[in-house]
Amino acid sequence: MIPLMHVILDVSEEAVKAGAREFQEVLEAKLRKEFLSEDVRILESANLGVSGRGVCLLVYPDEVYYGNLKPGDAARIVEQHFINGKPVEELFLGSPETRRLMEWRRKEGIIKKGRGRVVLDNVGAVDPESLSEYRSRDGFKALEEAVRNGTPEGVLETVKESGLRGRGGAGFPTGMKWEAVKDAPGDRKYVICNADEGEPGTFKDRILLEGDPFRILEAMALAGYATGAREGFVYVRGEYRTSIDRLENAIRLSRDAGYLGPNVLGSSFSFEVKVKEGAGAYICGEETALIESLEGKRGTPRLKPPYPTTEGLWGRPTVVNNVETLANVPPILRNGAAWFRQFGTERSPGTKIYLIIGHVVSPGLVEMETTTSLRELIYGFGGGIRGRRRLKAVQVGGSSGGIFDPSVLDEAMHFDALKEKGGILGSGSMLVMDETTCIVDMVHGILNFFLHESCGSCVPCRIGNERLVRAVNGFRTGSARMSDIDLLEEIASAMKVASYCALGQSPYLPLATAIRYFREEFAEHVNGKCRAGVCRFNVLKERQEAQRWMLAMSR
Amino acid sequence: MITFTLNGRPLSVTEGTTVLEAARGAGVEIPTLCHIEGLEGYGGCRVCMVEVEGSRTGCAPACTLETAPGMVVRTDSEAAFELRKAVLEMILAEHPADCFNCKHSGACRLHELAARHGLTKVPSGIERSGFPVDDSNPFFTLDPNRCILCGKCVRTCAEIQCSDVYTFADRGCRSSVAPGFGDLLADSRCVSCGSCVAACPTGALRPKDGSWSGAMYVDRRVRTVCSYCGVGCQLDLLVSGGRVVGALPADGPSNRGRLCVKGRFAHAFIGHPDRLTVPLVRRDGALVEATWDEALERVVRSLRSTVDRLGPDGAAGLASARCTNEENYLFQKLFRAGIGTNNVDHCARLCHASTVTGLAATLGSGAMTNSIDEIDLQDAILVTGSNTTETHPVIGTRIKRAARRGARLIVADPRRIDLAEEAEVYLPLKPGTNVALYNALACAILEEGLADREFIAERTEGYEEWAAAVRSCTPEKAAEVCGVDARDIRRAARIYAGARAAGIYYAMGVTQHTSGTAGVMSLSNLALACGKLGKPGCGINPLRGQNNVQGACDVGALPDVLPGYRKVSDPAARAAAAAVWGREPPSEPGLTVTEIVSAAESGRIGFLYIMGENPLVSDPDIGHVREALSAVDFLVVQDIFLTETAALADVVLPAACFAEKDGTFTNTERRVQRVRRAVPPPGRAREDLDILADLLERLGLPPADRSGAGVFAELARTAPQYAGMSWDRLEGGGLQWPCPSPDHPGTPILHAGRFTRGLGRFVPLAWSPPAEETDEEYPLVLTTGRNLYQYHTRTMTGREEGLSILAGEAYAELHPQAADRAGVRHGETLRLSTRRGSIELAARVSEGIRPDTVFVPFHYAQAAANILTGTALDPLAKIPELKVCSVRAERGNGRAPS
Repeated sequence: MIPLMHVILDVSEEAVKAGAREFQEVLEAKLRKEFLSEDVRILESANLGVSGRGVCLLVYPDEVYYGNLKPGDAARIVEQHFINGKPVEELFLGSPETRRLMEWRRKEGIIKKGRGRVVLDNVGAVDPESLSEYRSRDGFKALEEAVRNGTPEGVLETVKESGLRGRGGAGFPTGMKWEAVKDAPGDRKYVICNADEGEPGTFKDRILLEGDPFRILEAMALAGYATGAREGFVYVRGEYRTSIDRLENAIRLSRDAGYLGPNVLGSSFSFEVKVKEGAGAYICGEETALIESLEGKRGTPRLKPPYPTTEGLWGRPTVVNNVETLANVPPILRNGAAWFRQFGTERSPGTKIYLIIGHVVSPGLVEMETTTSLRELIYGFGGGIRGRRRLKAVQVGGSSGGIFDPSVLDEAMHFDALKEKGGILGSGSMLVMDETTCIVDMVHGILNFFLHESCGSCVPCRIGNERLVRAVNGFRTGSARMSDIDLLEEIASAMKVASYCALGQSPYLPLATAIRYFREEFAEHVNGKCRAGVCRFNVLKERQEAQRWMLAMSR
Repeated sequence: MITFTLNGRPLSVTEGTTVLEAARGAGVEIPTLCHIEGLEGYGGCRVCMVEVEGSRTGCAPACTLETAPGMVVRTDSEAAFELRKAVLEMILAEHPADCFNCKHSGACRLHELAARHGLTKVPSGIERSGFPVDDSNPFFTLDPNRCILCGKCVRTCAEIQCSDVYTFADRGCRSSVAPGFGDLLADSRCVSCGSCVAACPTGALRPKDGSWSGAMYVDRRVRTVCSYCGVGCQLDLLVSGGRVVGALPADGPSNRGRLCVKGRFAHAFIGHPDRLTVPLVRRDGALVEATWDEALERVVRSLRSTVDRLGPDGAAGLASARCTNEENYLFQKLFRAGIGTNNVDHCARLCHASTVTGLAATLGSGAMTNSIDEIDLQDAILVTGSNTTETHPVIGTRIKRAARRGARLIVADPRRIDLAEEAEVYLPLKPGTNVALYNALACAILEEGLADREFIAERTEGYEEWAAAVRSCTPEKAAEVCGVDARDIRRAARIYAGARAAGIYYAMGVTQHTSGTAGVMSLSNLALACGKLGKPGCGINPLRGQNNVQGACDVGALPDVLPGYRKVSDPAARAAAAAVWGREPPSEPGLTVTEIVSAAESGRIGFLYIMGENPLVSDPDIGHVREALSAVDFLVVQDIFLTETAALADVVLPAACFAEKDGTFTNTERRVQRVRRAVPPPGRAREDLDILADLLERLGLPPADRSGAGVFAELARTAPQYAGMSWDRLEGGGLQWPCPSPDHPGTPILHAGRFTRGLGRFVPLAWSPPAEETDEEYPLVLTTGRNLYQYHTRTMTGREEGLSILAGEAYAELHPQAADRAGVRHGETLRLSTRRGSIELAARVSEGIRPDTVFVPFHYAQAAANILTGTALDPLAKIPELKVCSVRAERGNGRAPS
C-alpha cells in the first residue's frame, strides 16, 4: 500500500533537544487514532536545511514547512491539514515573508510546474527506502523494458536523441559519452556515478540520493546495459551518511528483487553496484582524480587524453556521470526522447535543478526548465532579496562560476547561457548577494577555498592560489596597490593556461568577472574604503581608539 | 609518422611522440623541472610550456602534449617564454628567501632556469618553511623546505628503482615528499641508492658527502666503471682538489642511470688515511717501510731461491677479480712466462668455477649468454640462488621493474628475499637441493609436452638419454627433497616453458655446492629443453660477483687455461702464447685456489703472490687458511689496505684502487668497458700494472709496451674473444665479447644460430645430497652470502661510516622457531658452531627464512662465517661448498662482538 502523504520530521540533534521525539510520539498516536497510519508515512531526516526553528516538519506533496512545533500541535495538523486539506498557517515555518512566498508558489503552480516533471518527481513523494514505492511510480520500468524487449543500441539511441547533457557542470552530451565507452575496445567496462558533491552551496545530488536512490541505480544499470559495463560504482561524498545508507539499502533490495546482480530480471545482462565513500577532497569530484581515489590511490587528476571513456577505472573504458544526469535517464527511456525535448531549449533540453542560495528570502532548490531566467529564479522562487535590501551580485554555477552584477538577470539559465559574458552554468547554483557583501572579501573566501582544495601536484594551482589569496588579502587589509588589480588577473590567467586540471583554471572566472563588474570596489579598497563595511583596514588603530574611549569613560 | 611544425621547421616523428621528446630529438631544448627521461610525462612543474597555434588556451606543456599532424608549435615565442617565466616565478616564490644566496646554487637546476629567464630574486610572501628536515639517512638529507614538488624522487623511486619509499603527504601548498606513513628515511624501506638525490633538481635531496654543496667547485667529472660487483655500472667520479668527492650515475648500457648505495656513496676508501702508501718488508718479524727497489728486489730474490729449491711449481699466485684485465693478464703472464708455472688462480674459484666448467661443457662458453638490457624484453624470469637486489642491486632493480611491467617472476631461494615479494611463484627450497628442483622442473615440462621439440632436434645432442633420466624426477619426489609444493613446481615449469622470452638468472646459491657444476648443467638442460637460448630475452645468466671476475677469467687467471679459455694442454694454444710472450707456458694445469692452500700447508709452495685478495676472510675454513699462509716461506701481498692477509706477508706492495688507474673491466654480461683514472695513487703507491711490468722486467721479460693500451693490445693478440677490441673502440658503451675482428660489433647474445661448442649438450644428472648433512649434534643448515651494504671482506666498504651505520655488525638470520630452540631473541647473542669452529654474533630473527636454515653474511671478520664453512669440493670445478654445512645454534655467552 502506497501512502498518500509523507511527512518528514527533523531529527537533528537540535530538533531532538527541542522535543522532536515527543512530538513524533503524539503525532503517531494521533494518526493511529484516526486510522491514518498507513496513508501518512513519517520519515526522519537529520537535516531539513533549517536551523534554530525547534521541531520542524515538512509535509509532502503539499511541500509545507511547519516549525517551532509543540506536541500539542500534532492533533491540529492532522485534523485541519491532513484530513481537511487546509494547512495550518499559524504554524508555518519562517517569517510572514516566507509564508507569503509559499502561498505565491502554490498559486503560481511553481511547485507543480517545476517539480514532478523529470528529475525530482519522486523526491518527497516516495519512501526512499521502499522498493515497492519506487516501483509504484514506474520505477525500474525502463530497465525492465530495456532488458526484456530492447537492445543496448536502442537505449543508447534514445539517450543520444534526447540531447541530455551532463549535469555535473561541463554539459557534455551524455549519449556521446556512452557511445564512446560502448565503442571502446575491451571486455570489462565500468559505470561510475559521481556523487562526490563538493561544490560549496550545491546539494542537489544529496537530495536525489536521499530522496530517490533507486532511480540512480536504475540509471546506472541502463548505462551499463547500453555500454556493455557489468559493474558500477557510486562514489559518494563521505559526509553524505544518509545517502550512503539509503544507497546501500537500495542496492540490497534491488539485488534481492533481481534488478541488479547476475542476470538482471532473468536476462543475460548482469550488473553489480558498489558504494565507495569519498574522504573529503574537493579534487576527487574531478572524474580522473575520482578514479584514482577509487583505485585506492592518492586522489590527483590524470592526464587527459586518454579520457575515462577509453582508459578509466583500472585502465578500462568507463562512464562517469553525475547523479542528476543519471536521474534524467529512466524518465527519458520511459517517455521517449521527444517527450524530454519538449522541455528546455534545443541545445539544452530538459529541466535543471537550480539552487538558489544566499541572501534571498527563501533559499532552496527547484527543478525548472532551462528556459527559466535568473530573475524568475531569484525573485520568483527565491522570493527576492531578504530584508528589503537590494541585489548586488550573483555568482552563477558554483565557486568556479562568474560573479555578475544585476545586468545578467534576464539571461535564461541554460548551458550556453552566460558563455559570451564569460560565465558557466556549472552545477546550477545561484549565490545571491545583497549590499552587505564585500566583493573583495567574497573573492578572498572563494580563493581560500581553492587554496585549501588544491592537490598540490602542479605548480600554477598550488602556488598560484597561494599568491592570489595573499594578493587579495592585501586589498582586505589595505596594503594593496592599484597595480595589484592587474597582477591578480595576470596570475589567474597564467594559472588558467598552465594548470594541469580544471581546479587550477577555476579561480580565473570568478576573479576576472569580479574585477570586470566590480573593479571600482577593488580600487576603493586600495584607498582604504570598503563600501560594505566588511573589511577593517586599521584594526590596531580602532582598538587603540576603543581603549582610549573606555579609559575616558571610566574617568 | 606524424609531421608537425616546430619553430617554423617541419619535423617528422613516430606516432605517440610528445612535443618534448620530438624537440629533444631535433636538438631543440625545452626547459623542464619534472620530466624523467624514459618515463611518461608528468606535467607537474608546468615549466615546459610551448605555444601551440589554435589550441584552446594558446599554450600547452610539451612533456604531456602528443604531437599531432599539422600541429604548429613554437618553443621560442614570447608568449611561451613569458608563461614559462611566470611559472618559474611562482616556483621561486615558494622557495626559501635565501635561495639566490644558496651555496648550492651551482648544482641547482631551478637556479639555472631562473637565470635564463632573467629572474634574480625570490618574490616575497609565501616561502615554504617549517617542514622538519629528515637527516636520518647516513648519505643524504631530505629537506622539504627546498622542495618544488616536482615528484621526480617519488617517480624515480617507484618506477625506476622500484623501492616505493616516497609518497606525497598532505595536499596543496602543505604537501611534501615523505616516506610513507610519516616514517623517517632510516625507518623506511629505502636502500640508499641515491637515485632520488640524482633526480632532485634542487637541494631538497642532497648528498652529505659534500659533492653537492661543492658542486660548483668540482674540477672534473671522470666517467668510469664502478668497482663494486659485476654489473659494471658506469658512473662519473667527481674530482675536486685532487680528491674524489662523490659519484653520480651515468647512462651506461648495464645500469641506465642507476647505481646502488655502494657505487653512489661508498668512496671514502679511495683517499682513506689507512691506505698503504709505501712498500713494507718484514724485518725482524715486523713490517717496516722500504723503497720500491728494495721490496721488488726481495720479491725477485725469494722467487729465484724458491724456484731453485722447489722448481717453478713451488711458486703460486692468486690474481684478482678486482684488478683490471691488463693487470690480470700481466699477472698470469708473470707466472706462466716469467716463472714457468700454471699455478695461477683467483677467487672465481670460490664463486663461479662451476659455471665456467658447467656451461663450457654444455654450451661451450661459461658466461652470461644474454645482455642485462634484455631483462626489459622478458615475459618470464627465473631467479634462483641469487639474492639479486642485494648482491647485484641494479640488475635486481631491473628484474623488479620487469615483474611490475608484467613479466612473470619465479624465485627459488631458501630465503624469502626481496624479489620473492614480486614473484608469481616462490619456491623456498632447502639449501643443497637445487639439482632435484631443476630436474623436477624439466620433468614437469616433458610431462606436459612443453619442450621445444624443434630446437632440441636441430640444435642439441644427448636429449634422449637425458629425457629418460629426468622423467623419473617427478615434482612430487622433488617436493619431498626440496621442501616445496609440487603444484608450485608445475606452475613454475608452465610459466618458464610457456613464455615467449624467458631468462634464467643465478648466482652462488647454485654454484657454491659440491653439486655446483651439476646445478649449473641442470639449469642449462632446462634452457635447452625449452629452446630458451640464443634468442633475445632468453638465456642462462650467471651473475658474476666481482667487478672484473669475468675479465680475470677471460684473460687467463685460471690454472688450466690461457687467455681466451684456450687449454694449457692444447699445444697449438701454447705455441700461440709463446709467439707473443717469447716463452712457452707449461702444459700441465696448475693448482686451484683451494689446492694452493693445501699445498702451501704441506710445504709444497714456497712462494705465494697474492694480488688484491683477502683469503683470510673470504676462503672456507679460515683456520686452515691461516696455517697454510704461515707455512709459506715467502708471502707477497699487493693490496690497497693492510688486510688480514697482508698482515702475514713478507713483502707488502701498495697498489692503486680503481679510481687511480686506467684499464678495462669486463662485466657479467661480457661487456669490456674502460676504467679511467680520476686521481693519482696515494703516496708512493703504484698502479698494479706498473708493479707487474717492473717485476717482469726484473725477470728479463719486459712487455713490449707497458702502457695500459699497449698491454691490452697484447692481450687482444692472445685472447681470440678480444681480438677485435682496442681501447679506442671501447670508448662509450664498450663491447661484448666475442669480438673477433676490428669491424665486429660485439656479441650481445651468445649461441645465436650455433652454440660455441657446436650443438648444445644435454647432460643427465642425479641429485646427490650435500657433503655435510644435518644430524642431532648439528641440526641446522648454514648458508652464507652477502648483503647490500657490504662488499666482500669490507676492506673498502668497512671504511665507509654510513655503511657501518646501516650494516656494520655481523648477524645471523634465523627463523623464530630456530631462535626459540636456541633460546635467543632478536638482537641477542647467538653462538653458531660447526665441526670446524664457532662464532658469536647477533641474532636477527625473521620469518623470511626456512626454519631449518641459518644465514650468515661472510663480510665480517669479527665473526667470520668462513670459520664455520667446510672445504668439501665440487669434484669437477673444485669449488668449495660454501652454501651448505651443518651447524648448531645456541645462546651465546657474551654480547655480540662489535
